[in-house]
Amino acid sequence: MEKTLKRWFPVFVLPTGIAFLIAFLIPFIMGIYLSFCEFRTVTDAQFVGFVNYVRAFTENSDFVNALWFTVKFTVVSVISINIIAFALALALTRGLKGTNLFRTVFFMPNLIGGIVLGYIWQVIINGVLYNFGYSITSDATYGLLGLIVLMNWQMIGYMMIIYIAGIQNIPHDILEAAKVDGAGKIRMLFNIIIPSVMPSITICLFLTITNCFKLFDQNLALTAGAPAKQTQMAALDIYNTFYGRIGFEGVGQAKAVVFFLIVAAIALLQLYFTGKREVEG
Amino acid sequence: MKKRISALILSLILILLSFSLAGCGKNSNYPVYFLNFKPESAAVYEEIAKAYEKEKGVTVKVVTAAANTYEQTLKSEIAKSNAPTIFQVNGPIGYQSWKEYCLDLKDSKLYSYLTDKSLAITEGEGVYGIPYVVEGYGIIYNNAIMQKYFALPEKKVNVSSADEIKNFETLKAVVEDMTANKDKLGIEGVFASTSLSSGEDWRWQTHLLNVPLYHELSENVDYDDPTLAGLNSKEIAFRYSDNFKNLFDLYTNNSITQKTLLGSKSTSDSMSEFALGKVAMVQNGNWAWSQIANVNGNTVSENDIKFMPLYIGVAGEEHQGLCIGTENYFAVNKNATDEQKRASLEFLDWLFSSETGKDFVTNKLDFITPFNTFTNEELPNDPLAKEVVRYMKDESLTTVPWIFTSFPSENFKTEVGSELLQYVQGSREWKDVVATVKDKWKSER
Repeated sequence: MEKTLKRWFPVFVLPTGIAFLIAFLIPFIMGIYLSFCEFRTVTDAQFVGFVNYVRAFTENSDFVNALWFTVKFTVVSVISINIIAFALALALTRGLKGTNLFRTVFFMPNLIGGIVLGYIWQVIINGVLYNFGYSITSDATYGLLGLIVLMNWQMIGYMMIIYIAGIQNIPHDILEAAKVDGAGKIRMLFNIIIPSVMPSITICLFLTITNCFKLFDQNLALTAGAPAKQTQMAALDIYNTFYGRIGFEGVGQAKAVVFFLIVAAIALLQLYFTGKREVEG
Repeated sequence: MKKRISALILSLILILLSFSLAGCGKNSNYPVYFLNFKPESAAVYEEIAKAYEKEKGVTVKVVTAAANTYEQTLKSEIAKSNAPTIFQVNGPIGYQSWKEYCLDLKDSKLYSYLTDKSLAITEGEGVYGIPYVVEGYGIIYNNAIMQKYFALPEKKVNVSSADEIKNFETLKAVVEDMTANKDKLGIEGVFASTSLSSGEDWRWQTHLLNVPLYHELSENVDYDDPTLAGLNSKEIAFRYSDNFKNLFDLYTNNSITQKTLLGSKSTSDSMSEFALGKVAMVQNGNWAWSQIANVNGNTVSENDIKFMPLYIGVAGEEHQGLCIGTENYFAVNKNATDEQKRASLEFLDWLFSSETGKDFVTNKLDFITPFNTFTNEELPNDPLAKEVVRYMKDESLTTVPWIFTSFPSENFKTEVGSELLQYVQGSREWKDVVATVKDKWKSER
């Protein structure tokens, strides 16, 4: 069996391998190379060294501002998404009536694409704010809150499903033993349920952190950075630098590489710390 | 062993298969690939391509970039192996970024048709961009509403027709009195929304800003031509900033939309407000006719649509005309094959000199062209283009050229636009706008 698998290995890995190469590895390496270049289109690059990296931070404070805004958004969203998703998962694993219906309803928003979602929420939020004589671009706070609400709405359903799977996998005997020993509801939650679903928490944190950090479509559709780039997240800033300004293509590319390093570092750190707390199954 | 070989063969076949699939795209190498800048004319260009194929048997591929994404689209399209053969640059600044791709058009027929050769983008001996349309902008007004106002017994001004508005002072008096009487006139505001959502603010950060900067740059004695003066100015004083504020404030104070909501309005919102007769005036150019005419429930009659120059309160503006110029220059891709270059130049020649081509240009695209192949009778029929021609022919008026082609960069305009948004929302003051215009001009140059 092992031998057969080895023999046919190239055949099975080939389609994915090629796709990975064409759609990820080659662009990725090219992207890193381009970040050291001055270029107009991706095919006419000239090597210039670290200039782009310096310019990314010195030309203006857009990138730093965008990163800071991204961090604020991510911290709030990750906490709220995970707490609400976990609470919903708890509620929907108690065998209440209509559980399946609720699970479907909460999951639905996740099926709508980011751009569409951004415009839908723009209409909703503006519809409310109009009554008070404001619009979502009046103040950066509205944009931030709007993005957080939108992201919660979209991601809670997905995270909830993962938590539900985790909770359902907790062996009944543990729960019953705890109950017999006289553990209260809160004690059960913190000492039995949460440690048992640690793998789910790792996954959910990973997904929410990286997705929030990389958020682009929703940001573009909801506010496009208005007012005055104050609600511009890092990915949108990179896009605007690359496409919006002639002569800044390399700078945009350099920002993208820096951004990649930041996201990768945060994701790895998070996996390391939550992974340590996982209980051996 | 045999099995190993068959596995290898199978993977080879898969590789070949995937490459042959990727190769399928190669067959679509068109002789002419036209990357269109004007989304409002997308359908017409498709028709033109069909007509050309029928007449000459040459296929023309037309791709239209969505509004405000031309630079992005061009940037990604031109890197492809099937790059556009005809594309567009938006003036001397735009040419600087695409000069590596622009073919010298000195010997082209299209250039020989150009009435005023100085309009083309040149560098040294070479000609790299040829303008193909002349456009004008100003304040478009609905004369039916204006006449209704001038007939009001309680009107506070002593002018009796819109033609008599010749300076900012009169305009302001009329507009403010109209606002006071808006219920009687059946309008919701005098001006359509000053659209300031992102990508929709070009009417202010580019077109309106053109006027005060034109006045400043024409005072530069070192250059005869204000555009040239603009291109060579490292810094500007923004001397007429208060005049810019005059008209901009008039727009927002007498608008159909509350100031704080302008950040969510788009140009098409403004145009439909105008078309539905909810407002009397809107600042835009003659290209907006198709937008007005195509609004469902359009109540504005063709005979009532008129143009008025942008009066901002500078001395002698009684003789100021519309802002007329171009930011549409054809360029041919230098890196295309010789066959493609020849076919592209032939297509452009056909479009602007053959009977069929000219018919499309005049009657479907509604272009006023700068070419001598068009007679005085071959002018577009739409009311706004007619107005532009009328203003161009009026000897007593000085046309304001489009000096914004000398603005330092796209980013300069974007920054000014977002500053204007914050100004109307009340989070910034006018002096911040002035500072931004000056600082960004300097840093973006």
